[in-house]
Amino acid sequence: MPRFPKPPEGSWTQHYPALGTEPVSYEDSISPEYYERERKAVFKRAWLNVGRVEQLPRVGSYFTKDVHAAHASIIVVRGKSGQVNAFHNICRHRGNKLAWTDDPKRETQGVCRQFTCKYHGWRYDLDGALTFVQQEGEFFDLDKSSNGLVPVHCEVWAGFIFVNFARQPEQTLREFLGPMVTDLEGYPFERQTSRFGYSTTIQANWKLYMDAFAEFYHAPVLHAKQSPEKYSAAAQQAGFEAPHYQIDGPHRLVSTSGVRFWEMDAELLKPTEILTRSGLFGPWEKYDLGEMPPGVNPANCDPWGLDSFQLFPNFVILIWSQGWYLTYHYWPTSYNTHVFEGNVYFLPATNIRERIAQEMAAVTFKEFALQDSNTLEATQMMLETGYVDRFHLNDQEILCRHLHVAVRDWVNNHEGARS
Amino acid sequence: MSHLLPAGFADLEPFAAKWCLPTEHERYNTRLASSMDELQALYDAVTPRYEEAVTHLEKLPFDALPDDATNLLHLIYSLIQASFPVEVWHQPKVPDTGSSTFDCFTEPVP
Repeated sequence: MPRFPKPPEGSWTQHYPALGTEPVSYEDSISPEYYERERKAVFKRAWLNVGRVEQLPRVGSYFTKDVHAAHASIIVVRGKSGQVNAFHNICRHRGNKLAWTDDPKRETQGVCRQFTCKYHGWRYDLDGALTFVQQEGEFFDLDKSSNGLVPVHCEVWAGFIFVNFARQPEQTLREFLGPMVTDLEGYPFERQTSRFGYSTTIQANWKLYMDAFAEFYHAPVLHAKQSPEKYSAAAQQAGFEAPHYQIDGPHRLVSTSGVRFWEMDAELLKPTEILTRSGLFGPWEKYDLGEMPPGVNPANCDPWGLDSFQLFPNFVILIWSQGWYLTYHYWPTSYNTHVFEGNVYFLPATNIRERIAQEMAAVTFKEFALQDSNTLEATQMMLETGYVDRFHLNDQEILCRHLHVAVRDWVNNHEGARS
Repeated sequence: MSHLLPAGFADLEPFAAKWCLPTEHERYNTRLASSMDELQALYDAVTPRYEEAVTHLEKLPFDALPDDATNLLHLIYSLIQASFPVEVWHQPKVPDTGSSTFDCFTEPVP
């Protein structure tokens, strides 16, 4: 008997009939050839989040982002009039990577008045214009005004900076995001500037890790030993059910119900959780962020735990009811490797107890994520053997099913449009 | 010998040189390089002093902690690191994580 009502069709999955209920193939996660199709159809066409405006606090602030799946490296910079711009990180002279520090294979960031190429000293201003050419008179018919940095489509939504590598994006960023996501406008992302940033390279296809955080069916099992024995036993017996799933275009959402740790018996809690009054769900002292926009907790779950918004293709915003949020990025580097980035955002702490509670929440997040990431490598390894090629997904895994369908649709639509 | 921690926390001084580390990266790697006996000793020493330590730190300006107070705060962050091996994992490393890493590249100060 479900603990939460399901849609009248009988299940969340059947509520979205295009998803089907049959076993699925993960050929899309083990095939080098499919990865090349994804790069063209998805990563060179979709709006990709590359960071937040707080990373560019003033005119001249910049960071670089290498987007392997789109064959791109870009500079994202706050320009002369304060706007956020993105350019391909390439000097127009001989093609050197323009902004890099020490190791050109690594990303960099900083503040500057102009970009100067390390190779022959060509300079570009913050708006991308070519302003200086070393020994300009030695060149032939060089028109500086038409040799500025090559722009990348760049738009900002709710402080999140998105880029699009298409020559001409088929949708504006707002059209792409759609109402389920844009209803988050008004959530105070911009006030939560206290950030813990983590990064790792995972030996698994990017979609498999998206799937890992798109379902919590695994939580009572994979993370069982995270909690005292009594709590783990109760959690495994109860299993997991989410009160709400939602799909809008290529994007998806799961809301979960809440756990009021501070009301729980001490033997169900880790002693340091009680000491620091914090844990996986965040600081027990809830942050008052004011009234929430309609997009947050859209099903009005009570108690409500979190909303995990998966924005197509590779970006997740996870909003906790305790008043903090996470972002995940999954940046493919090959069919079976990707870079996973996790960011933890809080309101700036104003006192020691708040700050310690943030440390506890961030470190707890890391302990969980480490378990998830290593499991994924075991999954990738066995999928690639090919001896089993169909896998069953339950109704709590509807979002896993949807991601692969959304990618497939983008690939098919793109290739259909070309032929 | 100079003291790293505020007066009144002399009993924790033996842990200071190893555990008063400014970054999560250093604290986590020190945890991985420690034995369970060392982690248990840190946990057993700092946990009973936790409330006094926080009470001491609360009296100071949060944005301008003196060095010895910052060290004490870093020791508390190390307690948080040690708490997972001691309370749940019974080993320094998260179980079943093989060679996986998850590196912290930015964090709030203090």
